[in-house]
Amino acid sequence: MHHMTLTELAKGLKAGDFSSRELTTSLLDRIERLDGDINSFITVTRNQALSAADAADQARAKGDSRPLAGLPLAIKDIFCTQGIRTSCGSKMLDNFQAPYNATVVEKLEAAGMISLGKTNMDEFAMGSSNESSFYGPVKNPWDRTAVPGGSSGGSAAAIAAGFAPAALGTDTGGSIRQPAAFCGITGLKPTYGRVSRYGMIAFASSLDQGGPMARSAEDCAHLLGAIAGHDLRDSTSVARVVPDYLAELDAPLDGLKIGLPKEYFGNGLDTEVESAIREAIRVYESLGAKVCEVSLPHTHLAVPAYYVIAPAEASSNLSRYDGVRFGHRCENPADLEDLYKRTRAEGFGDEVKRRILIGTHTLSEGFFDAYYRKAQQVRRLIRQDFLDAFDEVDVLMGPAAPTTAFDLGAKKDPVSMYLQDIYTIAINLAGIPGISVPAGFAGKRPIGLQILGQHFAESQLLNVAHQFQQATDWHRRHPTDQETT
Amino acid sequence: MAIEHADVLRAAHLARLGLNSDAEAAGYVDDLTRILEMVDRLQAVDTDGVAPLSHPLDATQRLRPDEVTETNQREAFQACAPETADGLYLVPRVVE
Repeated sequence: MHHMTLTELAKGLKAGDFSSRELTTSLLDRIERLDGDINSFITVTRNQALSAADAADQARAKGDSRPLAGLPLAIKDIFCTQGIRTSCGSKMLDNFQAPYNATVVEKLEAAGMISLGKTNMDEFAMGSSNESSFYGPVKNPWDRTAVPGGSSGGSAAAIAAGFAPAALGTDTGGSIRQPAAFCGITGLKPTYGRVSRYGMIAFASSLDQGGPMARSAEDCAHLLGAIAGHDLRDSTSVARVVPDYLAELDAPLDGLKIGLPKEYFGNGLDTEVESAIREAIRVYESLGAKVCEVSLPHTHLAVPAYYVIAPAEASSNLSRYDGVRFGHRCENPADLEDLYKRTRAEGFGDEVKRRILIGTHTLSEGFFDAYYRKAQQVRRLIRQDFLDAFDEVDVLMGPAAPTTAFDLGAKKDPVSMYLQDIYTIAINLAGIPGISVPAGFAGKRPIGLQILGQHFAESQLLNVAHQFQQATDWHRRHPTDQETT
Repeated sequence: MAIEHADVLRAAHLARLGLNSDAEAAGYVDDLTRILEMVDRLQAVDTDGVAPLSHPLDATQRLRPDEVTETNQREAFQACAPETADGLYLVPRVVE
């Protein structure tokens, strides 16, 4: 049962093959036995999970038939969970017990889902390898010498390792899709505004978006349906009807027009990754899709624009960590300025400080127009590339990352780490949805196919991903127990 | 645009971020120099007449009636504060 999908587990619960308590206990025991080395969880909430499982079993006995009731998942430690440590991977929030729940946490609880705990992540979601966490790096369950990707590395690794059938992640520049690719799972970044950001600790507010990570597109459809929707508490969430994401899963792909952005198949793309992606495209052709090349001419500007906009927003968002209202506070401050400066020097890690400094510098007097305004103008050009491409094709496809998971400790230079996100970052700047699905391996390390759609085209993306998963079994592979022990 | 040691010290002060040593500041000068070199590719693009994009859907802030909707939860919210007294947050003396 450790590698079953949510859909299969729901059937098992319904048929009485196992109870929610048995399922939950089995996963908690597995985490306890095997996560010491993988390090995918920061906090495991055993007692709360078992009580919730008992409640789900009792409700089921009384006829509760909600599709997700009694099913466990893991929650990235960026989402506020009332009374439970919400660290965001930072020493700054190591002692922070959120006084309220994020909207998505409330929604999943209302759907009857059971949280197993909070997953490891890059500090404040700033990273692509999960190595910037205060709680130590996460190892890739497929190959423990490799990173799991980031920033939702703990969520991706927990699913791959058989600890949780699904997890919540967040994606500011690729933080759902890249770890999903590196860990051989399915991860969806929804359209900006589709899922409430209330209670999701802010990194870059115009880019951040929460979304599902799971073992299949079908499971992601179930989860997205549960978490999407307008929220009065998030003024950037979009008031738009949430469709039934399951309704179109089985639609045939005859005549689907797939665009391959030529910029996503250029220099720097690993040859084994490229051949797996080309093979996946051939599968789509066999399903009736038509494929053509398109161009996103401003692609090379996405990482530069992002590294102005995201740090600028971060430097503003992270000014709230001042040692006064919550979180870490330095000992014996001499005065108020000392309180601020030492609290922040002690509480933040190196990558977070780097981004606060870039963001503060680029927003400061004399630099704003040259950096921030310029980056926002380029952002519009990048978005326009996608809008133009979607005049020609239905979806875009390419690799989620230029290589498979790299070795732990391999990327010491920040710029080389930033360039890891070359195929994912533009999607956040444009606000469109994207999904990564397993599409093969290079050696032991998984490869992810990225599929991109128009704003609010999640139903189509899930349909296109699901049809691939009906024709292939990459998403059903998992590391053998020898590799995870 | 190059970044100088003084720029990093200025940004650190503006961000109220303590730097422990000159060596730490120098490390950030190196890092930020490389990052801003990468960012400087933006300067080569002609963006005349392009409106800045601050929200990917070009949405604007929604307004609501000015009505009280939240209840007072001061105790709950201050439970996670480092130091409070009588419902107030305590900080080092600011006014002598």
